[in-house]
Amino acid sequence: MDQKLDLELIGLTKRYGDTVAVDMISYHFSAGTYACLLGPSGCGKSSTLRMIAGHESVSDGAVTLAGRDISHLPPAKRGTAMMFQNYALFPHLNVRDNVSFSFKMAGVDLATRYRQADAMLELVDMTELADRLPSQLSGGQQQRAALARALITKPDVLLLDEPLSALDPFLRVRMRAELKKLQRELGITFVHVTHGQDEALALADEIVVMNDAKIEQAGQTRNVFDAPATAFVARFLGSHNVVSMPDGMVAVRSDALQLTSTEAAKLPGTITNIEYQGTHVALTAAVPGEQEVTALLSDKDFFGNPKELGEAIGLNWEAEAAHALAQ
Amino acid sequence: MHAGGFAPSGLFYKSSRIFEAGVRNNSVIGWLLAAPLSLVLVVFLVVPIAMIVVVSFWGATEWSIYPAFQFDNYAFLLTSDVTYRVFFNTLKYAAITWGFTLLIGFTVAYYLAFHIRSLTWQIALFLLCTIPFLTSNIIRMISWIPFLGRNGIANSTLISMGVIDEPVEWLLFSDFSVILAFVHLYTLFMVVPIFNTMMRIDKSLIEAAADAGATGWQTLWHVIVPLTKPGIMIGTIFVVALVMGDFITVRFMSGSQSANMGRLIQNDIALLQYPSASATAVILLATVLILIGTLLRFVDIRKEL
Repeated sequence: MDQKLDLELIGLTKRYGDTVAVDMISYHFSAGTYACLLGPSGCGKSSTLRMIAGHESVSDGAVTLAGRDISHLPPAKRGTAMMFQNYALFPHLNVRDNVSFSFKMAGVDLATRYRQADAMLELVDMTELADRLPSQLSGGQQQRAALARALITKPDVLLLDEPLSALDPFLRVRMRAELKKLQRELGITFVHVTHGQDEALALADEIVVMNDAKIEQAGQTRNVFDAPATAFVARFLGSHNVVSMPDGMVAVRSDALQLTSTEAAKLPGTITNIEYQGTHVALTAAVPGEQEVTALLSDKDFFGNPKELGEAIGLNWEAEAAHALAQ
Repeated sequence: MHAGGFAPSGLFYKSSRIFEAGVRNNSVIGWLLAAPLSLVLVVFLVVPIAMIVVVSFWGATEWSIYPAFQFDNYAFLLTSDVTYRVFFNTLKYAAITWGFTLLIGFTVAYYLAFHIRSLTWQIALFLLCTIPFLTSNIIRMISWIPFLGRNGIANSTLISMGVIDEPVEWLLFSDFSVILAFVHLYTLFMVVPIFNTMMRIDKSLIEAAADAGATGWQTLWHVIVPLTKPGIMIGTIFVVALVMGDFITVRFMSGSQSANMGRLIQNDIALLQYPSASATAVILLATVLILIGTLLRFVDIRKEL
């Protein structure tokens, strides 16, 4: 992929009156990356995406694509395309007309635009449904139609605003596999906004965790997950315990915890809950300082040496499994 | 597993019987629930219209009306040159009024729905539109007369501004004043349904159009207008039905110099020519129904109701 198509946010800021929705964020998305903006609702991730798309004015800072400042261009002139949360398909147009809408606006003749639309529909496997109205499609089909419509302009960056949130859990898992596959095939940059950490982990090459209008931590997905920098990131990504130790707060992954005798343990605790999860058993224990930690044990480990509620245990972990947190 | 196989089929048999009984009960309840409205409609709509249709076939002399089944009234109406001119005039009023109310109504509704950001202001401004309707139709109509008259405000202002040298005659008691009053009276009937439909348009569709490179006018024409069609259609039905059936506006604002079908009926009634009035009414009703029926073929307004 052309290295020149990098997307960059430079001190990007969004203010609504006195409230700051996005506060001076800077990030560099390399071309061809699948990136997820992850954070709780109201953290500014959607505003960021909408500023990249051009549906929200930039209060301060800049968005550049391929080194060109696109902050104040109209949406269609940016080289980006957006897929909306509820897909925003035009309800009065059938799938083919929806997909070819941008060509119609550009004045392309009917035969050409239908040919292009049909090619795009084939890409998302929707050829047979081209004559249907959006209301006659299922959620997953609507999503594919919306994808085809966004991709037909051959964007350099595809922006996806919570694309999977309207789907049921089963379909969500399937569609996210398709999104990933499509991104690999097209090789363009995807920027995907979500509040689901499992979705972000499954899809993203890079994740940008946002909180309170700022970027909390960003980088390669594995690097962020393996070494969360703040308590917020550790909690938000899940599967981590944030524990206050004498020498400061640390994050330890649940599956890095081992059970030992109380004497040899870094942390003594009392079991408060045992949850069987099929391949694993989640064991929650109360530890000193009114904290709770969860240890994820493989079912073999647990049932080889079963524990009871209320039993005193010791928790241990390898020194490198613990990451000191900023706060 | 095998032995248990009988139980579900037995259950199914039982439940289907309950289902049948339920259907029978439901249909009785359904009729009962529909009865009050049906009764009201029969008494106040079906019976009067049936009577008008019946009377339209009666005969009349200068001093009496007698029950009959004859086509004289229709024959007279349909062969008279006056009928066609008045009929054409009625359609002309309806068409021009429709054009103006649509243009103004769409613009007002568009402004309210897409340019006013907060719901509070939308409601406040919407209510503001309805304030003139707290006074009677007639008063609002008549208040135009001193404004438009020969020595009215409009003429004297234009003279003092030097736009014209002598009073303009066509301002009052003309087709202009009739249509002006119609537009004034009925624009709100266009605003309300269009505004209602526009408020249901998902705002992200407009962003999606912008994302596809549509200009403001293209978004208006290719997205907003098609999605507003049901509202436009409902407004159209209101305005067309009201203008076609009107007689008082035409009488006041034209100074009795123009006529429409309503005036024709009113005249007949004043002369106690009920059969002739009924026949005119039936023709008018049929025309309006055909018009509306044609309009409904183009747009499905069901999803709006």
